[in-house]
Amino acid sequence: MSTQTTQARSDRSHLPLSHPRLPTWAPRLVAALAIAAAGLVSLTLGWGVVAWVLLAVVVFAIALPAWSLKVENGRAAKDRFVTTLVWIAFGTALVPLGSLMWKVVSEGVPVLSAEFFTYSMRNVIGEGGGIYHAIIGTLLVTAGAAAISVPVGILSAIYLVEYGGKSRMARTVTFLVDVMTGIPSIVAGLFAYALFALMFGPGIRFGFGGSVALSVLMIPIVVRSVEEMLKLVPHELREASYALGVPKWRTIVKVVLPTAMSGIVTGVMLAVARVMGETAPLLIIAGSTDSVNWSLFGERMMTLPVFVYYSYMQPGVPPAFGQARAWGAALVLIAIVMALNLLARWIGRRFAPKTGR
Amino acid sequence: MAKSIDVSDLNIYYGDFLAVEGVTLTIPAKSVTALIGPSGCGKSTFLRSLNRMHEVIPGARVEGKVVIDGQDIYGSDIDPVQVRRQIGMVFQRPNPFPTMSIYDNVIAGQRLNAKKMKKSDADDVVERSLRSANLWEEVKQRLNRPGASLSGGQQQRLCIARAIAVEPQVLLMDEPASALDPISTSAIEDLIHELKADYTIVIVTHNMQQAARVSEDTGFFNLAGAGLPGRLVEFNSTKKIFSTPDEPSTEAYISGRFG
Repeated sequence: MSTQTTQARSDRSHLPLSHPRLPTWAPRLVAALAIAAAGLVSLTLGWGVVAWVLLAVVVFAIALPAWSLKVENGRAAKDRFVTTLVWIAFGTALVPLGSLMWKVVSEGVPVLSAEFFTYSMRNVIGEGGGIYHAIIGTLLVTAGAAAISVPVGILSAIYLVEYGGKSRMARTVTFLVDVMTGIPSIVAGLFAYALFALMFGPGIRFGFGGSVALSVLMIPIVVRSVEEMLKLVPHELREASYALGVPKWRTIVKVVLPTAMSGIVTGVMLAVARVMGETAPLLIIAGSTDSVNWSLFGERMMTLPVFVYYSYMQPGVPPAFGQARAWGAALVLIAIVMALNLLARWIGRRFAPKTGR
Repeated sequence: MAKSIDVSDLNIYYGDFLAVEGVTLTIPAKSVTALIGPSGCGKSTFLRSLNRMHEVIPGARVEGKVVIDGQDIYGSDIDPVQVRRQIGMVFQRPNPFPTMSIYDNVIAGQRLNAKKMKKSDADDVVERSLRSANLWEEVKQRLNRPGASLSGGQQQRLCIARAIAVEPQVLLMDEPASALDPISTSAIEDLIHELKADYTIVIVTHNMQQAARVSEDTGFFNLAGAGLPGRLVEFNSTKKIFSTPDEPSTEAYISGRFG
């Protein structure tokens, strides 16, 4: 009995904390070998580049864990295998983004010129013309949508977080916001068209209708993001304000909203960027035109997504110029959305509460 | 300007749950009253009911009377906002407003209520409040730095300065030193000694030495039993509570024997 105990003790007395490890350059070596091996097979069998890459990835995903299992242990092999899978997933997700950006930039950049940004399509047939009218339209329609959605969204979120609590009303509002999130954009367009057709007669087309349609899509996004941001404001700050004899509404306006401001601004900007690329509702209610229109409330208004759609579907004769302009407009649209995202990040940092540390 | 507080038959509820039952006591003016007792016995809940902060929690309500300056603060025609302007509060965890500078934090009570003040008056209030809170010397060079840039003890004194900047009648303190180191704690206790010349102070504390050091009167809260509401077991002068308490359970708690 006592010898057994001693035996067990002596086994435990040495704790091996290290085990053999593959060198740090092992993944790189395996990758190089996998690419070479796959390349050999591909060249022999006459496969293309895609098959080559796929085969190399498969070889790598098998070879590295196998080597690891041989030298290291089962846990390390599993770790390397899952790490490989995660990288593959990441790469797969990047492929569409990369190819999309490549295609749009390579097709769009040659079109960009001073004329492209400063001319409308008025009386342009074939070469020339520009997207000035569509940029103006997109900015105006989106600004109109934001002017409707931001107050409604922020006030709804304030109600939900600060006043609603668990009341039936708050639960109903939350439910309806969730339902609104799922509304297809074409339905939003039809809603706006039906609304204004009832008021002004059928065939109505104007920019503000587009703003209304986009705000239907934008309000739930704003409500959701602002609600999350307000919930993040510590309850202690509200109590500190109440304890100073500050009424609830002033507490919300002067303490809660400033504390959450960076998140609110970021959420609003992302919602703007999200609806800016909507095509379907604007096709229906904002319409399409070749001229610059500065008024949201009269006449048709061209927007970038609709411009892209029509330029590509009805490029005119010869079609090359219209299609080229479609790529250029698509590139400009992506650039505007990306600029808004960057602006949102910058503003978010700007407004963030300062710790001074 | 300090006022005494008369509490009679106060029952405090969270929804249907009776948290504190039948509290009757008189908190004297211009002195320090300590509330002690085990965790969960309702000391903080009672404290929060003295300036109507309790009802900020959904479902929370109060029965009974709390009379200050001849007015029942739970009367039907009382505005809780006005009550809180008269009865300030300092919380357990320092909670300066993160978007504001040190200066703006001190003047927050006025600024948030959009009170019109001349710059020189505001400067005076800030300096006086920070001096009262023993913080002026440490921060006078950096009043425009964010309030969150201070250390924990300094933040708590900043919160005290903020509370006294609105010149309340009563100052409630909910374990103001429990998150602080001994040196900051001692600074806050010194501060309480100085403030009692002008304010009625009620302090909740887990630290019995602290209660003995700073207070004139002490109330001992305890649960009537597991799942039963908390109640005020004994209210007496601090000297008596810590030497010859009337109730055996008070003595058991103070001497470290629970019962």
